[in-house]
Amino acid sequence: MTFHHSNRSRVPFALRAFILALLAFSTACKKTEAPAPAQAKAETLVVFAAASLRESFAALGEDFKRTHTGLQITFNFAGTQELRTQVEQGAAVDAFASADQRHMQELVRAGHLADPTTFARNEPVLVVSREAASSIHALADLAAAQRIVIGTPEVPIGRYTLQILDRAVPSLGADFRSKVEAHVLSRELNVRQVLTKVKLGEAQAGIVYRTDALTTPELTVVPIAPDINVIAEYPIAVAVKAPHPSMGREWVAYVRSAAGQATLARAGFLPPVSSP
Amino acid sequence: MQRSVLVVLGALLAAFLALPVIALFATATFADLSNGLRHPLVWPALRLSLLTTSISTTTAVLLGTPLAWTLATARGRVFGLLETLFQVPIVVPPAVAGIALLLAFGRRGLITSALCPDGCSITFTTGAVVLAELFVSAPFFVQAATSAFRRVDSQLVLVAQTFGASPLRVFFRVAIPLALPGLVAGAAMSWARALGEFGATLMFAGNLEGRTQTLPLAIYTALEADLRAAQALSIGLVIVALALLLFVRATLRGSRAPWEAPP
Repeated sequence: MTFHHSNRSRVPFALRAFILALLAFSTACKKTEAPAPAQAKAETLVVFAAASLRESFAALGEDFKRTHTGLQITFNFAGTQELRTQVEQGAAVDAFASADQRHMQELVRAGHLADPTTFARNEPVLVVSREAASSIHALADLAAAQRIVIGTPEVPIGRYTLQILDRAVPSLGADFRSKVEAHVLSRELNVRQVLTKVKLGEAQAGIVYRTDALTTPELTVVPIAPDINVIAEYPIAVAVKAPHPSMGREWVAYVRSAAGQATLARAGFLPPVSSP
Repeated sequence: MQRSVLVVLGALLAAFLALPVIALFATATFADLSNGLRHPLVWPALRLSLLTTSISTTTAVLLGTPLAWTLATARGRVFGLLETLFQVPIVVPPAVAGIALLLAFGRRGLITSALCPDGCSITFTTGAVVLAELFVSAPFFVQAATSAFRRVDSQLVLVAQTFGASPLRVFFRVAIPLALPGLVAGAAMSWARALGEFGATLMFAGNLEGRTQTLPLAIYTALEADLRAAQALSIGLVIVALALLLFVRATLRGSRAPWEAPP
């Protein structure tokens, strides 16, 4: 080995190199802090949206671009909690559509978003696998099912599921929730995982949103009685530090317009309860 | 001067790899950490993680060592193709690995109807966690072990055979001792991959506390509610992983292979 340095010089040398690298890194950082050059003609609207909005928002985006020439839209679809963390960590976003009120309220309270407005509602339903379709016709039959998959209580659908089980107690019996929970095989981290497990026949039944159930025609959908069901509300808001606030407001207006509502209804969403 | 170019380039990557880990520790207060460790999900998940990764790594070593020896000593294009095929689980996204496991061993799986016509299934059990970990981590061991066996001096194997040693005796008394550091390093790598396994487990085994919720799944579950708790759990996972990897390093130092000895 001919390129061995003596041990004496190696450490300070490596340290020098490291500092050099850090310096190079910090200069690179400074450059990005410099004021951005004047906006080019093409604007890019950044929309964060709950994963369940993927198909409908993608369709809405195509229509919106048709009336706004030169506009680009970047969607970030993920679980609302994940999106919330990204906004809290300073992600640049124009409009934020949440799958539940709680995360939206937290973001408004922290000053990231302002003036949220509900634009859609989503109804939890029971989905039943091919094999179990003959034995599960109603929520009550869930007590006799052997393999049930639900969302974990940390995610909205899991929270709604537990609320539904509790609200079913007066009509279906005091031990309904415990009977169901005894046969819960998995508490999934998102609603699509619940759907997949039922679709593949691993679970006999699960509770998902109506919009998810509509994407899988081979599953039997069993509605949950309105007096027991807990309907999810979807709020949308423009970011306080939005790079394109006026475009963000236009997007929110479009989602709430008749055309926007029609697209959402096709995906299975319910309209918001009209305020008096 | 030429050397400094190399050091600067290396330092850039070193800084990039170190900073997120440092951030994980630096942005947590002691109170966060102690709250995180008292989180109800922690201990069942840690216990399950240690149990399942021990079983999956042991299985990978017991069955992977003969496989690696076969691959390292066999000649022919078929074996080269097989070796590439066994690396597929390394490159496919873990969720895809989970789907593949479901399609093979799930309730409607390829072999389930043959094995168990009454419709039983391993999905949603602790066994499914072990299978998911084995599927994504064993290729790391097989790959490392195959290269370790390839570096074994074929002359030594030949000498042993000339003296009348049986193939099994050559394998156990010549090949394994000479390849041992490589095998241990491969096992450590495979174990670390199994410990961090998330996607395939969630898909194939689900997420149920005490039964299939390993530490990475507990971290993700906590993340849905509380970033701080998830961070504390992550620190716990990093500490456990570091401790075991350091232990392996210390063991390796005691038994250096001839080609790794300093000149």
